[in-house]
Amino acid sequence: MYHDRYAARAFSMKESAVRALFAVANRPEVVSLAGGMPNIADLPLDIVGDAVRDMIQSAAGPRALQYGSGQGEQMLREQICEVMAEEGIRAHPDDVTVTVGSQQGLDLLTKIFCDPGDVILAEAPSYVGALSTFSSYQAEVVHVEMDDHGLVPERLREAVVTLAAQGKRVKFLYTIPNYSNPSGITQTLERRKAILEVAKETGLLIVEDNPYGLLDLEGGRLPAIRSMEHEQVIYLGSFSKTFSPGIRVGWVLAPHAVREKLVLAQEAATLSPPTFSQYVVSTYLRVHDWRQQITVFRDMYRERRDAMLAALPDYMPVGTTWTHPLGGFFVWLTLPEGIDSQAMLPRAVTNRVAYTPGTAFYADGLGARNIRLSYCYPTPERIREGVRRLGEVLNRESQLNRTFGVRHAGPHFGLAELNTPQPNQE
Amino acid sequence: MTATDSLPTTPAGSDLGTIVVLAGGLSHERDVSLRSGRRVSQALRDRGCTVVESDVNSDLVALLRQLDDPIVFPLVHGATGEDGSLREVLGLLGVPYVGSTASASRIAFDKSIATPVIAGLGLATPIQMALPDEVFRELGARTLMDAMGESIGFPMMVKPSRSGSALGCTRVDDAEQLPSAMVGAYAYGDVAVVESFIIGTEVAVTVVDRGNGPIALPAVEIRPDSGDYDYSSRYSAGTTRFLTPAEVPDEVAAACADMALRVHDRLGLRDISRTDIIIRDGVPVFLETNVAPGMTETSLVPLALEAAGLELGEVCEDLVRQAYLR
Repeated sequence: MYHDRYAARAFSMKESAVRALFAVANRPEVVSLAGGMPNIADLPLDIVGDAVRDMIQSAAGPRALQYGSGQGEQMLREQICEVMAEEGIRAHPDDVTVTVGSQQGLDLLTKIFCDPGDVILAEAPSYVGALSTFSSYQAEVVHVEMDDHGLVPERLREAVVTLAAQGKRVKFLYTIPNYSNPSGITQTLERRKAILEVAKETGLLIVEDNPYGLLDLEGGRLPAIRSMEHEQVIYLGSFSKTFSPGIRVGWVLAPHAVREKLVLAQEAATLSPPTFSQYVVSTYLRVHDWRQQITVFRDMYRERRDAMLAALPDYMPVGTTWTHPLGGFFVWLTLPEGIDSQAMLPRAVTNRVAYTPGTAFYADGLGARNIRLSYCYPTPERIREGVRRLGEVLNRESQLNRTFGVRHAGPHFGLAELNTPQPNQE
Repeated sequence: MTATDSLPTTPAGSDLGTIVVLAGGLSHERDVSLRSGRRVSQALRDRGCTVVESDVNSDLVALLRQLDDPIVFPLVHGATGEDGSLREVLGLLGVPYVGSTASASRIAFDKSIATPVIAGLGLATPIQMALPDEVFRELGARTLMDAMGESIGFPMMVKPSRSGSALGCTRVDDAEQLPSAMVGAYAYGDVAVVESFIIGTEVAVTVVDRGNGPIALPAVEIRPDSGDYDYSSRYSAGTTRFLTPAEVPDEVAAACADMALRVHDRLGLRDISRTDIIIRDGVPVFLETNVAPGMTETSLVPLALEAAGLELGEVCEDLVRQAYLR
């Protein structure tokens, strides 16, 4: 009765077998290296609790429980500008629109920019949640090659030119320059400049998604692309990784014209983004040393990343390669030839370890030989145990491949080579 | 419900002890199982039963011991739920449960045993070969796979001998696809079965025994949009079309019902089972049978109950009552 009434776009929303597996991945018996859930155990809940109580009992209380501005609350937008200044961005609060997580920012941007069939360029691989949003608006994602230094500018130029020649309308480039989800790779400063150069040459709009930017683990924080250009870059930020994901507060920093459309879209979607959440974030930023808190988070994530990077060489079979993230939550693995990461997942779960198969991060079916491991949530000991269990599964898989002559243990593939289809990926 | 349909003062199921609906487990079918569990629990509660939902974990034995008069409704899918091991434990604890015994479940779950047993009844089954993985290591995979191709022919189905929900199952159209299909099946267990691929109409027939002997419910026909009824089409609403009753001639439907009943009887199944069948040229061919069939909103058993004009809660309560009286 419903099936024939759905809009065409509803058919592009699909539940994957992977999603069903997360029910079991979240059991305590299973070491989950799958999700990207921030570990907020270090947040001082007493301070947060007291501050929220004080806020709600103050003159601000009734305002926090009332409808708010479609653009978001003024005082929070001012504070957001201070947060962005940490990454070299100079912005005016008028250009900030508060959203329900940066995920909603992405949704609103896609809604105002994309008609069905329009093209969005994205890194190969790219964030699964963004791919879902794009597909829900029936936009076509074209992946652009990246290497260990991020998106390859020459490939970006080629993609824009080729697609234009095909009569396609490229609406924007979606990029995660810092500690990308899922690859863990960071665009170098030179790359950022070169990508911006290509964008200017070709009139390409850049959507810069930066949820992990402040979680650098080795210092040397790089300036955001938005800090170098403000007309052609739309910037997405989030409090999910630096404060609380449950509070669902993110933002979009966009040029004036875009911001006006965004606010209209936001009003149509929510009337106003949650006022209470905004007051909580604003209070937190005001009463707590949030910069120091981020330092605490960084130290904790560094220890976990190091545990994962130390365990991988001990347990991974020959022919496996991985990235070395300088920040963020993720390590991206390339498995020996012949292994299908999606088919392997139920076996891994049986062996009490979960990961996210690489195919989730491509709109075009690639990624079968890749997996994303996250080190954000489990403790260092559990991370090592999880990697050990994964090694067992991979070794059994490799042994079966040898027995049946499925091609195995090919040469090492760097990220750049991922776009060359391998025989097993066709 | 109209105003005159007033509720009975004593709910029908309130005389039963505490029903423990077991769902979850650590298999890849956990999510499906949890959904089945929630649905059955709600249906039983709506009939006035006292229901406790529980996962299969280290607290289970303590929970069962602590309850006065527990009866278990197992809805755990995957190995632990379907291979008899969980039912063996319930037997050990002396807790009555809905469904087939441990030993019957063990046989039904293992395709390499169930299929030849059903073939022994003179019913049609695929041509099947069952081999453990070490045979391939010892004798050389290439020659064995060549022999399988010659003997069974293409297309063929490669499956783990013991697994549910189509995981590890691959249709193989030529010799080149065989090695990776074998790897896929062996990844789920040490024995794989290779079967001739049966082309035809896929149906599922549910058998329920509410105390008056087993009856077959109307066959549900499965038409996946993608062509293959794989894991994702099994559990995603809208990716598969189900037709109840199946659009097949009456005599064919009767033959399917007869097959399901004979399977239920021959394997010594109890209370409820679901037999999956392909109809080829009007003849039902046995694929497999399930002792813990899914009960989600897109599962086949609830659809069959609906087609038969039966209410899920009522049937579940009858099954619990039988277990209680055993």
